[in-house]
Amino acid sequence: MSGFDQTLLDDADETVRVQLTVNGRRVACEVAPRETLVDCLRNELELTGTHAGCEMGACGACLVQLDGRAVHSCLMFAVQADGATINTIEGLSETGVIADLQAEFHRRNALQCGFCTPGMLVNAHELLSQVAQPSREEIRDALSGNYCRCTGYEAIVDAIEAVAQARDQGGGTK
Amino acid sequence: MKARAFSYFRAATIDQALDAHARAGDDARFIAGGQSLVPALSLRLQAPRLLIDITHIDELRGVRRDGGYLRIGALTRHCEMLSEPLIAEFAPLLHAAAPFVAHPAIRNRGTFGGSVALADPASEFPAMTLALDAEIEIAGPSGSCRVKADDFFLDLFETALQPGELITAVYVPLFKADQRFAFDELARRRGDYALVGCGMLATFTGERVDDIRISFFSVGNTPTRVKGAEATLIGSSLEAERIAAAQAALEGDLAPPDSDEVPPAMRLHLARVLLGRMLGRLGEGA
Repeated sequence: MSGFDQTLLDDADETVRVQLTVNGRRVACEVAPRETLVDCLRNELELTGTHAGCEMGACGACLVQLDGRAVHSCLMFAVQADGATINTIEGLSETGVIADLQAEFHRRNALQCGFCTPGMLVNAHELLSQVAQPSREEIRDALSGNYCRCTGYEAIVDAIEAVAQARDQGGGTK
Repeated sequence: MKARAFSYFRAATIDQALDAHARAGDDARFIAGGQSLVPALSLRLQAPRLLIDITHIDELRGVRRDGGYLRIGALTRHCEMLSEPLIAEFAPLLHAAAPFVAHPAIRNRGTFGGSVALADPASEFPAMTLALDAEIEIAGPSGSCRVKADDFFLDLFETALQPGELITAVYVPLFKADQRFAFDELARRRGDYALVGCGMLATFTGERVDDIRISFFSVGNTPTRVKGAEATLIGSSLEAERIAAAQAALEGDLAPPDSDEVPPAMRLHLARVLLGRMLGRLGEGA
């Protein structure tokens, strides 16, 4: 009745089957319990838009949407996400929900090497879904967990601010 | 940067989680938000045989009034401290502290119970349970109990929690009309650990302070109440000289650790500056 099978203790690193809805598709993969979600997305599902940077929650390159909220995919194991709905940068791109953000990042050169960009976009998307017209200070605060080693922050803040204004005036995508 | 191999068990009830922990011979860790535990596992600072996922235990969820308390389920996420109306109304100090906890994506996963259980001396929420005179509800193999925050934090990352025990909820006395609160911290960069941080809750009669609880974090091995400073303020109307006396009392209340980066004298100075600012705001009705 405990629900706990003692033999589990002898099966560390045995793969388990995990079911996810990723970018609108139901998928299943076999993962070891210690495999992080970012590794699962990149290695098992070949969704390499999610980047593994610091792998300790500091840089923000691995952000994905989990059940509608931005989370670090390096700070959870894939088994924890069993049954969850995940949108990666690929899914957000395909559906067009961040097309205006992507265009504005491009227009303002808010990406240089691009390594941090997927996480920046996931975070910007979350911010604008919660605060329609964030101040520059609020944008900076929201981005405080995203590192850009090319130091493109000013252009990134510009791009997010411009999209917020355009959306407010009825332009851009929702 | 990869965790050592472990087995994973998703518990559906508190009893299941406790039972699994016991069967693993205590070589197990509970995981909820995991925002501190996963890095610790990745760095192999910890390497348990078994990880027990408690995130799907309904009994650990929810925020509700319970007598004179707000019962905050252990799985309440940091972001819910900002969005939950009951928190804003009845535990506004937690609402005020939440934006200072890490970054938005961390707040989306990290849990209140997890933060209190970890008892990081630089974290906001453990210190706020002290300021709020909260009680921590613990479930263990021998049953359930409630421990006052004053008795919970013992030493660096050491609490009254025994191996195999679990925080199920935190009880916070309901915020009252004659109370005021303040929260602030000094950090080099937003979202970084504070150099010094502080939260306070005071009960007033008119402009006179009847009771005040002041809790600092990032100044010692545990979150720290400053009882000397509190005592100097009781009965005052937060006049300048009484605030100065409270600032002076910090010398006896706080013993900042030595570090190359921030010498103890500097941390003590910053604590005094912060206390002065916050008491000033409290006097203005903050």
